[in-house]
Amino acid sequence: MEVLKELRKSLLLALWFVVLTFPIMVIRVNTITDTIEWRWERAILMAVGSFVGSFLWKFLLARQEARKSRQTAKGSSEASDDGASAQKSLTERLLARLGWTRDTLREKKVAIPALAILGAIVIVFPFVTSIYQSNIMISALIYVILALGLNVVLGLGNMLHLGFAAFYAIGAYTYGLLNHYFGVGFWIALPLGAAASAIAGILLAIPVLRLRGDYLAIVTLAFGEIIRLLLVNLSGITMGPSGVKSISRPGLFGLDLSYTQAITYTYFICLALVIFTVFIVHRLENSRIGRQLVAMGEDDIAARAMGVNTSRAKLTAFALGAVWAGIAGVLFAAKTTFINPDSFKVWDSVLILCMVVLGGMASIPGVIAGALILILLPEYLRVFSDYRLLIFGAVLVIMMVFRPGGMIPKRRKAYKLRPEELQGSAAVPVGGGEGDAP
Amino acid sequence: MLRLEGIKTFYGNIQAIKGISLEVNEGEVVCLIGANGAGKSTTLMSISAIVPPREGEIYFNDEPISRLAPDEIVKMGIVQVPEGRHIFPGLTVQENLDMGALLRRDKEAIGKDLDYVFELFPILKDRKSQAGGTLSGGEQQMLAISRALMASPKLLLMDEPSLGLAPLLVQQIFEIIRKVNTESGTTIFLVEQNANLALKIADRGYVMETGRITLTDTAANLLENEDVRRAYLGV
Ligand SMILES: Nc1ncnc2c1ncn2[C@@H]1O[C@H](COP(=O)(O)OP(=O)(O)OP(=O)(O)O)[C@@H](O)[C@H]1O
Ligand SMILES: [Mg+2]
Repeated sequence: MEVLKELRKSLLLALWFVVLTFPIMVIRVNTITDTIEWRWERAILMAVGSFVGSFLWKFLLARQEARKSRQTAKGSSEASDDGASAQKSLTERLLARLGWTRDTLREKKVAIPALAILGAIVIVFPFVTSIYQSNIMISALIYVILALGLNVVLGLGNMLHLGFAAFYAIGAYTYGLLNHYFGVGFWIALPLGAAASAIAGILLAIPVLRLRGDYLAIVTLAFGEIIRLLLVNLSGITMGPSGVKSISRPGLFGLDLSYTQAITYTYFICLALVIFTVFIVHRLENSRIGRQLVAMGEDDIAARAMGVNTSRAKLTAFALGAVWAGIAGVLFAAKTTFINPDSFKVWDSVLILCMVVLGGMASIPGVIAGALILILLPEYLRVFSDYRLLIFGAVLVIMMVFRPGGMIPKRRKAYKLRPEELQGSAAVPVGGGEGDAP
Repeated sequence: MLRLEGIKTFYGNIQAIKGISLEVNEGEVVCLIGANGAGKSTTLMSISAIVPPREGEIYFNDEPISRLAPDEIVKMGIVQVPEGRHIFPGLTVQENLDMGALLRRDKEAIGKDLDYVFELFPILKDRKSQAGGTLSGGEQQMLAISRALMASPKLLLMDEPSLGLAPLLVQQIFEIIRKVNTESGTTIFLVEQNANLALKIADRGYVMETGRITLTDTAANLLENEDVRRAYLGV
């Protein structure tokens, strides 16, 4: 009965699609012979395709609904410890097949060898693969830093920021221009780029202090474009659309590095900075200011009632997010040795946004995975390059419908307050992190 | 403890409070009643500096505080439970409570307060790793109150704690408010529509009409007052 009804709905939908796409799919005007070609076989393909697609879509949705309700039922009956993330993540299910739980991963016996293997792979990577691969990986690592930076604003502070590439650009141009005009080296430019970007972050944050949601998105979007247009039009300084050329690569105690060596060196710098970023962002998450950001992102009024200085929290979030974008920008300039405004379009902001959302807002492993996938997949799927955007869009839609929390959703910290602890006076939540903040 | 003198508060050009003065003494439960839109919530927002007053002065222990920022107000020990359950929906109950203690560093005392709120609202303990947004309305209200208590307030501002609760729960919430007042000596300034019950647990009351205080007396007298009975108690 249900299935029949759904089938009928899908059929209607398929018909509607055929009608809708009729003019572009079926009719073709041949302008040379002045005739109209009717490509009926395409209508049939369209019908079958949309019918199957729609039915599959509904089937998957229904399955997900069923799983969800089963889980909430289970969760409430046994007072599940994990009510916050009702869905089990894919990794958890995979692990379950192996007879493991997530905690197995955290156990030292498993975690240390796993980390060691991962570390070894990452370290030998540039030596066993080609320069081409290293270059791709460097891009991916730069985007990991960018995404982690945006995660501070979007994941923690829940502020929709559509102009993040502007900070990336500021970092890149800080190095590019300082290097071009004054011969400033990479290592000096790195903190300067971060600082310039942070200052820009604060300058942007001041006017948007009172804005939230859609309005914030629009203003940040405009900010991104303004910076890009400035770079294009201030051609006296920035050399306009033609960009800054022959920027120096990172130096290593004045040694003369070959191209291959330079790339390998850049790779390791990126890697180190990624690790540094992860470390700092992780610290930030559990710090007082991180928790203030989360509170503000969750509910502005409640946050203020609890004593969060939301203005300061917002400024900090924008500045801290921008710092990483600035660092990524300097890295980018050092890697490509050539920058122009085209590398910092709205599309780049959107791409970074997608990494955070797709990977899992506020979840550091998620954001890293999101960045790696969105950079590496298109690179390795060059065959599909014509359909890249299409696949990209489809993947995003499907992800958001079926895994709204992202690939690796943020796991709520489990507070292990055992009854005996509650008896005593020092019942402090484990990992609560009070007082250890700066 | 808290004294408002000639407070005028605006939303843009709209004047919501037209010069009110009131006082809350240490250890009291004081209740502010009034019709919808009278300006009760705005009064609390002004005290918390979330909507700062344009004129007048607010004194807390004889110190002027109307120029302070919201977080400084909280630091002084004035904590608000905002109207309409402003909890953090995506955070767990435990994390919500943790946020209440955001500005505190005294871990041991925080642990004690946590025990205390779990004792007041045992249901929250059962739900402590559940997301705040998935709690029932009543549970969310309990969470909002508990979260404010986690800030260890000297003066607790409560905006319609009984809003949308079942009658039995309303009774319970008021009992708990009284209990908090007597047990931990927290001074409470309470805004309520549920005037009857609120006045029963309060020491004194203020009646507010369109931005002005029109009447003030002991709670017992207000309960007897003919005008109040007609306008706010529905008898
Ligand atoms: N953010 C705002 N912007 C503009 N006007 C507002 C705002 N908040 C409240 N007001 C106005 O201020 C006046 C007082 O509102 P307030 O919320 O203080 O009333 P209240 O006494 O708490 O009412 P209720 O019992 O319905 O909660 C009302 O006329 C209201 O329309
Ligand atoms: Mg109100």
